Amino acid sequence: MLKDVNKSAINKYFSSFVLQSTFKYNIMKNIEKQLENLNGIKELMEKSTQFLSLSGLSGIFAGVFALLGATAVYLKYNTFFSARYFQNLSFDKNQMLNGESLSGFVTFLLLIAIVVFVLAISTVIYFSYRKAKKTGNILWSNSARRLLINLFLPIFTGGLFIIALILHHLYYLIAPAALIFYGLGLLNASKYTLHDIRYLGFLEIMLGILSSFFIGFGLIFWSLGFGLLHIIYGFVMYVKYEK
Amino acid sequence: MKSIISDINKLFENRIRLGIMSILSVNQDMSFNSLKEILDITDGNLASHLKALEKNNYLAVTKQFIGRKPNTSYRITDNGRKAFQDHIKALEILLKNK
Repeated sequence: MLKDVNKSAINKYFSSFVLQSTFKYNIMKNIEKQLENLNGIKELMEKSTQFLSLSGLSGIFAGVFALLGATAVYLKYNTFFSARYFQNLSFDKNQMLNGESLSGFVTFLLLIAIVVFVLAISTVIYFSYRKAKKTGNILWSNSARRLLINLFLPIFTGGLFIIALILHHLYYLIAPAALIFYGLGLLNASKYTLHDIRYLGFLEIMLGILSSFFIGFGLIFWSLGFGLLHIIYGFVMYVKYEK
Repeated sequence: MKSIISDINKLFENRIRLGIMSILSVNQDMSFNSLKEILDITDGNLASHLKALEKNNYLAVTKQFIGRKPNTSYRITDNGRKAFQDHIKALEILLKNK
């Protein structure tokens, strides 16, 4: 009899212990779940504000196109740039242009710039589309729109400013202006994509400022900024995020 | 410990509701369709969770027409932001004490 009572007491004690521990277990399990959700929060915040589908590959291609464009300009107007770079002559347009008209030179520059721009933008769109598809993101999202608006606001301003420079025949300031406004665009857009693009922006601005002091080296600075920097940046981004 | 547990918001235990709150906490506003795309869920599912949050006064809803299409967008309220922050803070403390 006594044994039975004891047994039931033990049972009672034991079952309440089990009950308590399952209760505790449930709370812990719930907390675990909450913590798991916490990881998802960060991802959703980034996904909803940042455009993460920019591919490093498009940077590499854009850089290569820019270098090809710069090479074309250099080959066609070789004498113009050689005179500027190596002989340090006083600015005699006619002699340096080797008989070709200045307006023809500017038209050729603009044509090359437009071709390079279209090719670069196309590759950016193509590789972004590919990356978005691969990672299951949406290409044309709110963040993509915000990125583009913030990137192109300074670039568009710069474009208008460059048109003014051309009208005033201040051709030697085109390359510095392009680099500076492009850099500002990148800086402005960096909040809406991977933040690394900030550093590319800083470097473009620095190159632009430098080239505005070293007049006559526009093509070289332009090639460094739009060619070499893009290739290096694209390569670094590709290795860091996509490999 | 007790106060921490009470800060953990029952409403945010659901993964999708927590997702909605985290998206709206870093975006000024978001349309129904954008939320749907980011969270990758069905209309009905999203609508029911939005309604639950709206009922608790955590979200403000704006309905307007863009062209002829109706467009519903959501914004987090001050109330909602505070509840969300308290919830996250409570989770962080739990994480530290683990």
